[in-house]
Amino acid sequence: MTVFIEAAIKVAVAFVFIMLTTLVLVWAERKWVSDLQNRIGPDRAGPFGILQTLADGLKAFFKESIRPTQSIYLLYLVAPIAALIPALLIFLVIPIGAPIEIGGTTYTLQVMDLNIGLLYVLAVSSLAVYAITLAGWSSGSKYPLLGAVRASAQMISYEAAMGLALVPVVLLTSTTSIAGIVDAQQGTFGSFIPAWNIVLIPSFIIFLIAGFAETNRPPFDLVEAESEIVGYHTEYSGFAFALFFLAEYINVFNMSALTVTLFLGGWAGPVPSFLPTWIQWLVPVFWFLLKTWAFVFLFVWVRATLPRMRYDKLMTFGWKRLIPVSLAWIILCAVAIGFREFGAPWS
Amino acid sequence: MLNQYYGDYLTVALFIAVGAILVGGAVGASKLLAPKNPGGFKDVAYESGIEPVGGGWNQSHIRYYIFALMFLIFDVEAVFIFPWAITLDAFQAAGRGVFILVEMFLFILILLSGLLYAIRKGVLKWE
Repeated sequence: MTVFIEAAIKVAVAFVFIMLTTLVLVWAERKWVSDLQNRIGPDRAGPFGILQTLADGLKAFFKESIRPTQSIYLLYLVAPIAALIPALLIFLVIPIGAPIEIGGTTYTLQVMDLNIGLLYVLAVSSLAVYAITLAGWSSGSKYPLLGAVRASAQMISYEAAMGLALVPVVLLTSTTSIAGIVDAQQGTFGSFIPAWNIVLIPSFIIFLIAGFAETNRPPFDLVEAESEIVGYHTEYSGFAFALFFLAEYINVFNMSALTVTLFLGGWAGPVPSFLPTWIQWLVPVFWFLLKTWAFVFLFVWVRATLPRMRYDKLMTFGWKRLIPVSLAWIILCAVAIGFREFGAPWS
Repeated sequence: MLNQYYGDYLTVALFIAVGAILVGGAVGASKLLAPKNPGGFKDVAYESGIEPVGGGWNQSHIRYYIFALMFLIFDVEAVFIFPWAITLDAFQAAGRGVFILVEMFLFILILLSGLLYAIRKGVLKWE
């Protein structure tokens, strides 16, 4: 029963956390982009316009959802929900802080620590492709279908690169549990350089690029190219459209959090020992949020800076550059790890 | 009494259920509360402002299908690489490090030659 209660509490907390984060994230992105583009951005709803997301959400809620005559209606309705739920599921395995100890029992600040955490992340993030394909297919319209086919080809291509980029991380840490990967990054090289997986620089870069492509963010946002309006959600309106929007932002946060967790030590950071215990619990959470929001800012910065890529260049880049490089890098890492532990294999 | 292993997957199930109920409920509530005014041209599929010509399900280029096939190969292969990556340490500790490394080199080489074949076949050409 305690397992069930703990699970229920964590699920509730995770939901609230994700929703609040998204609320701030959408506002922050609009505010940052407008700053970078020398505009003012939302400033009417609440202080600094921070309630703008809430206002937009309510507006979408009370707008008519048009039912396209040609659509396969059941699939058309299911698609946005199928887009949102995998986005929520990825968050479950991300630890947002160090484990805390209350009355002799240790509680992890992570909804669950699967021993196959990394594979779970890859598996669940592939599910997003279904939602996009379903949305495009069930709309019964030419542009959504074309956009969905393009988007699914893009996402599966970069997913292959992303999966391969994570192999060196597993090589280095010998575990696929996300908490295990964070624990493996706790020490230091020498005395002060943190032992984060970012030493695997090619992996980190490939993962980040693939992350941009996976979340369909600029410069890889071909699925919602405004100038062509060839996007899988062209036929969506009202609240169903808002769900796709929400899923995209949750994915941006998840991808930043994953990058931080896998490559930048997650919640690792200096915790002053003179502070009261409850503040010592909060400091790792603060480090995690600080690093994650830095990557969220990178997502926004790139969006405000880089132009959209051409589709053929995108696919060529994925298959001809990222995948061969990540395969070669896996071999190199395996050899280096063999050298580190046992000296040269022929010696 | 549930142990931790099943408890974790129970959490996934719980989360999916809560998510589906909340999101589905919100969609349903929006359907009830939002105005409904069907008819006219707004229900027709989008086609740059003109009446749609032909059906909505066009043919797409065959290369998307080939991309899907290639993805399948590379993803299945990643499934093979992950267990290897986890157990590499154990194999090296058991003195079988060279064997397991060479095995994976051969595996990745075969894979790369497959990718090279696809590229030479012109799968990635866009004309």
